[in-house]
Amino acid sequence: MTRCLRELSAGQRAVIHSIQASGELGRRIRDMGLVPGATLGIVGRAPLRDPVAIRLKDFTLTLRNNEADHIMVKTEEIANG
Amino acid sequence: MAENVTIALAGNPNSGKTTMFNALTGSRQRVGNYPGVTVERKEGSVILNGLHADVVDLPGCYSLTAYSMEELVARKVLVEERPDVVVHVMDATVLERSLYLGVQLLEMGVPVVLALNMMDETKKRGLRINAAKLSKLLGVPVVETVGRTGQGKKELLQEAINHANQRKRQWLPLELSYGPDVDHALLDMTTRINAAGLFTDRQPARWTAIKYIEGDEQVVAEGRKAAPEVSKELEAMVSKLSDHCQKTLNAYPDAIIADYRYGFISALLKQGVLERDSLRERIDITDKVDRVLTHRVFGPLIMLAVLYGMFKLTFTLGEYPMGWLEAGFGLLSDTVGNAMAEGPLRSMLVSGVIDGVGGVMGFVPLILIMFLMVSALEDLGYMARMAYMLDRVFRIFGLHGCSVMPFVISGGIAGGCAVPGIMATRTLKSPKEKLATLLTAPFMTCGAKIPVFVLLVAAFFPENAAMTMFAITMFAWAMALLVSWALRSTLLRGESTPFVMELPPYRLPTLRGVLTHSFERTWAYIRKAGTVILAISILLWAAMTYPELPAERAAGFETMREQAVAETQTMADAEAALEERLVEIDNREAQAALRHSLAGRVGGALEPVSKLAGFDWRTNIALVGGVAAKEVIVSTLGTAYSLGEVEAEEAEPLSERLATDPQWSAITAISLIVFVLLYAPCFVTVVAMAKESSWRWAAFSTIFNTALAFAMATAIYQLGRLLS
Repeated sequence: MTRCLRELSAGQRAVIHSIQASGELGRRIRDMGLVPGATLGIVGRAPLRDPVAIRLKDFTLTLRNNEADHIMVKTEEIANG
Repeated sequence: MAENVTIALAGNPNSGKTTMFNALTGSRQRVGNYPGVTVERKEGSVILNGLHADVVDLPGCYSLTAYSMEELVARKVLVEERPDVVVHVMDATVLERSLYLGVQLLEMGVPVVLALNMMDETKKRGLRINAAKLSKLLGVPVVETVGRTGQGKKELLQEAINHANQRKRQWLPLELSYGPDVDHALLDMTTRINAAGLFTDRQPARWTAIKYIEGDEQVVAEGRKAAPEVSKELEAMVSKLSDHCQKTLNAYPDAIIADYRYGFISALLKQGVLERDSLRERIDITDKVDRVLTHRVFGPLIMLAVLYGMFKLTFTLGEYPMGWLEAGFGLLSDTVGNAMAEGPLRSMLVSGVIDGVGGVMGFVPLILIMFLMVSALEDLGYMARMAYMLDRVFRIFGLHGCSVMPFVISGGIAGGCAVPGIMATRTLKSPKEKLATLLTAPFMTCGAKIPVFVLLVAAFFPENAAMTMFAITMFAWAMALLVSWALRSTLLRGESTPFVMELPPYRLPTLRGVLTHSFERTWAYIRKAGTVILAISILLWAAMTYPELPAERAAGFETMREQAVAETQTMADAEAALEERLVEIDNREAQAALRHSLAGRVGGALEPVSKLAGFDWRTNIALVGGVAAKEVIVSTLGTAYSLGEVEAEEAEPLSERLATDPQWSAITAISLIVFVLLYAPCFVTVVAMAKESSWRWAAFSTIFNTALAFAMATAIYQLGRLLS
């Protein structure tokens, strides 16, 4: 089952399934290394629950929840199972 | 063999590029802006074995797409200035992402040398990188470096020069495969571009084709201008490809290109280039620190403490050098005053030039210290955390997390300066968010407004001084946010820009980096303030001096003096009494002269209007002067209230005088505080605004802020009078 990046909670890991953003946001997301197949983990959220900090490819990236909405992921246990 | 080699340094933000630049070029640096944009341009030179090399520091970017100004500039320099070699400084701990830019450089075809920077950290993190293998697979020189210690910089330089000489400015683009669909279209497009000769003199045809497929607005726009027909054909080819990809692969072509690039990189790394000691990611120090520093509860508290600490430290440390500078200018003004005969030239030099410029230069230590701390926090990686924590709040008001810094620098922690604050809006990508930040940053309690507030608070709220100052700062923030919101929902309406930002790992800033940064910025302040303020000071001095009192009135004061001498001769304490009487007469003359001068007339003419907010003609002069520089307000009030020379920092007698003046009340004081806080930014700020945006917006800010300030002050004064 794929779900939206927003729904993940801190500490959870997942693999990016698809990115539904196009144009400028889509380009930016991909430039920063968010591409299908990349593994990411949720590091934490800002004090007001938004933006979210994620870890991928050995670095930490932040993005807003409404930007995370464009990113579909497969959570690891489901991906494995 | 080329005698002079041009080396461009490219790399991601936080990759240690600037540290490397400093290490390579030492002190031989020039800082400026790229023409037409406000992105910083740094250049330096270095001599190795008798060979002279020019080094250009390209702005930090993650990619060469047309996302940010930095990326556009980096690309433009590569295409138009054609450096002999590009040194790509990579943070080796994030090799995979760093190579994304590297691959794009190779695709462009420029001669590239890879610098694997921060090699010391990769070892600590348990990463093993086979540089020789990487070099062989990509066919470019790879050098291991540690920027902060300077390790490897000689080899890097040598490799860069060798490579430049070897390649002789030849561009050899790397051709990646992007899958059958895209490749096919690329081939067709490249043929078409070559046939038409579109930009083929400056960039590879295939690269132009890729940019068309990526929907790169800049390249497409240029293409349309240069060859509308060809561009139309190319765009049609792209849209056909795009339709096809969406139907068959459910993806846009630019996404496919990015995927293949990352695919190429990960395949590369798997061929023995990168190995990890253990499969599990090590939780490094940064994560542990972040758990506290961005904690839901502690995070904001610590942030407030950091901001407060910066403020505290700036003032505690800044007090001494500020005192020395003031003493220095005082001495200078005394020396000049004593050396010259009385007359307009002396008056202009002492009151206009030395006092005016001295007032602004007095803030240099504060600004330098503040920049030291801001640079240190930036290099440490804390600024990004502040943006991260505050983004949600700022978004409500139509701003971006990155608006935090300009506000803080402008005086969000009281004592900043709007000039560097305005310059700091460069980090904002969206022009609308940038404008909203730029227009509201001058509301902050900058260091020049503080003497004014201190004066009024000391006079009218002595028992709650600290609390009142804090309230003023909070009010400034509230106004900045509310006005941003108002602007963003009217004049500057538009979507918010993405907040896809890296949280760099915490790194101890190098002393040298912090110092270089701070001195650069402080120097910019001195230069701008010095030139503009000098001119304004002289103008203001003239406005407050001319026209002079008519001869008969001046003679009247002279008679009064003679009278005083005659009267006091018979008194007991003759000398002291005479002194007092003479000072009193001098003051009355000064006030009469001021009233008679151009500034006094303007102040008087404004009185009918300004009365609504509770300001009399003397306050008006001070406020008009304050448009030049807010520090002027206190000294002008001093003159206007016939106290003669009042130093901005020793305002006690004036505050006593105001407190006892029947014209003044707590309400007048609040009204004036609000007005000073909000009205037209000082002249140097306006110039800075015009440079960062346009003269139209700078003029808008001057008029709009003054109108808003007047409306608020009037409302407060009238309401206060009704209630009391």
